[in-house]
Amino acid sequence: MRRSKYEKPAPRQGGGLKTSAMIASLAGPDQRTKPAPFGHALVKLAQERPDIVGLSADLAKYTDLHIFAQAYPDRFYQMGMAEQLLMSAAAGMAREGFTPFATTYAVFAARRAYDFICLAIAEENLNVKIACALPGLTTGYGPSHQATEDVAIFRGLPNMTILDPCDAHEIEQVVPAMVAHQGPVYLRLLRGNVPLVLDEYGYTFELGKAKTIRDGRDVLVISSGLMTMRALEVAKSLAEDKVDVSVLHVPTIKPLDEATILSEVRRGGRLVVVAENHTVVGGLGEAVAGLLMRAGVLPDRGFRQVGLPDEFLDAGALPTLHDRYGISTEAMARSIRGWL
Amino acid sequence: MATERPHEGTNVTLAERAYRIRRHALLMGEVQGQGYIAQALGISDVLAVSYFHAMTYRPDDPEWEERDRFCLSIGHYAIALYAALIEAGIIPEDELTSYGGDDSRLPMSGMAAYTPGMEITGGSLGHGLGIAVGMALGLKRKNSKSFVYNLFSDGELDEGSTWEAAMSAGSYKLDNLIGIVDVNGMQADGASRSILNFEPLAPKFAAFNWFVQRVDGNDIDALVQAFDAARNHPGPEPRIVICDTTMGKGVPFLEQRERNHFLRVEADEWQQALKILDEGRVK
Repeated sequence: MRRSKYEKPAPRQGGGLKTSAMIASLAGPDQRTKPAPFGHALVKLAQERPDIVGLSADLAKYTDLHIFAQAYPDRFYQMGMAEQLLMSAAAGMAREGFTPFATTYAVFAARRAYDFICLAIAEENLNVKIACALPGLTTGYGPSHQATEDVAIFRGLPNMTILDPCDAHEIEQVVPAMVAHQGPVYLRLLRGNVPLVLDEYGYTFELGKAKTIRDGRDVLVISSGLMTMRALEVAKSLAEDKVDVSVLHVPTIKPLDEATILSEVRRGGRLVVVAENHTVVGGLGEAVAGLLMRAGVLPDRGFRQVGLPDEFLDAGALPTLHDRYGISTEAMARSIRGWL
Repeated sequence: MATERPHEGTNVTLAERAYRIRRHALLMGEVQGQGYIAQALGISDVLAVSYFHAMTYRPDDPEWEERDRFCLSIGHYAIALYAALIEAGIIPEDELTSYGGDDSRLPMSGMAAYTPGMEITGGSLGHGLGIAVGMALGLKRKNSKSFVYNLFSDGELDEGSTWEAAMSAGSYKLDNLIGIVDVNGMQADGASRSILNFEPLAPKFAAFNWFVQRVDGNDIDALVQAFDAARNHPGPEPRIVICDTTMGKGVPFLEQRERNHFLRVEADEWQQALKILDEGRVK
């Protein structure tokens, strides 16, 4: 429950953290990053793919599409702050043989433009690539900008591929894979200075494949998006307590790599934790739970979810909110220790 | 090879085409016993002029790259477009009796995946104009000479997405886009203007930087003139032809029904309607 707006909050010691800009960097203070990996990867690919065009609804700069717009001004279409038009015009461009990338914030695509994505794009299986910044809890601006249920909305949509990459290394590989795939794709985009993590693990992205980033005997974390980065930190932290954590990264949420997930859970002897930057309703956690139930595979040491609660979340500073809602490295490590 | 302007070089008048489109539509309506027949009768003259005067296409190759595109935003008008596509030779006439049936290529609401010549999936109203904007932008990228026509209804003027598309078409100077609004004055819940007042309509589109014409949508000569002007207008604006039509046109006892958005027609009335239509046939 939220505090009444008529109740004055007590002064915070030291003032507390500030919300900062709309899009705060997810990178820790010493973390390696790459600038605008989506924009640069798209520019590179567009050199050999003249069918690629870019469309945005007044958010090119905040979805890294401005990099593409600067490189190919005549292939960039500013559709204005009109997300329904953005999606229907992208459908029309796809009908004429182009491969449009349509970008906005995840809240606006999922909530405002859903009918257009559903009927103008997905029902026709058109080749529109929807790349959306601010997935899940990646801004402190409150529910108007926090797309905590975007995966739940798009999982029910036939033909739609849903991608939730972890870092800059992966995003660079995701862009050409999205174009190689025939059909609509929804990308949960991390933009700006994006952390660089998975290159250290020799990871390569394959659409539709879940991959073990590190193996461990006690806990199996199944994660997507930025939560894989968090899970790897948690694994290091728990290793100090002699707890051995495996991290299975699932960047393709739909279609789900059922075979890999089932074979990892069937190994047994591990607590299964699904971690996602999304509400616990209708996302990766419930997708995995449903899969396990249908297959009759019950994790012998239990099944848990690390994800956002079924609530409208607070405004505030991102580190505060990630901690409050259990998806910071520290909060996740605390939860897993408690479950063991 | 089939002609790309199938209407030229024949002696069939546009009035005769419109009569035949109405007749095909009535026969489809009879299959279901009810439906959007009043809209179909009202829009037949516009479809006759579109398919047999204005547009370029190949009946035997509905996806021919150089065709003019015709988008049906109002999915429930499918019965009317099927009638036009049958008359144009894109759909065989003997499929008419499958209208709205199981496994038919002619579902009650128009869908691109079902029917040759159906460019888009309509029905969730307010989609067509935005898709047409994307197609028009795409055609310009390809340096195509084709036009995109989008037929939408006065009811769709309630949808915000229609105006998002209208503003963008004006901004992008889409002179290859021809919008056709069917102002038949009736929506699901009653008279269109009593639901939300979209008038004055012509100045609205003019204010969105469109080249605007408003005509009697059941006057074939006026439609021919308006479609010619829309295609040949030298300015860079997108073009709109606002067509005031009469629901049920051509069958007076249907014109007079008050609640005619989804008409229930008694079994014996279909033959009566066809008889009246046949009597009014202008060769």
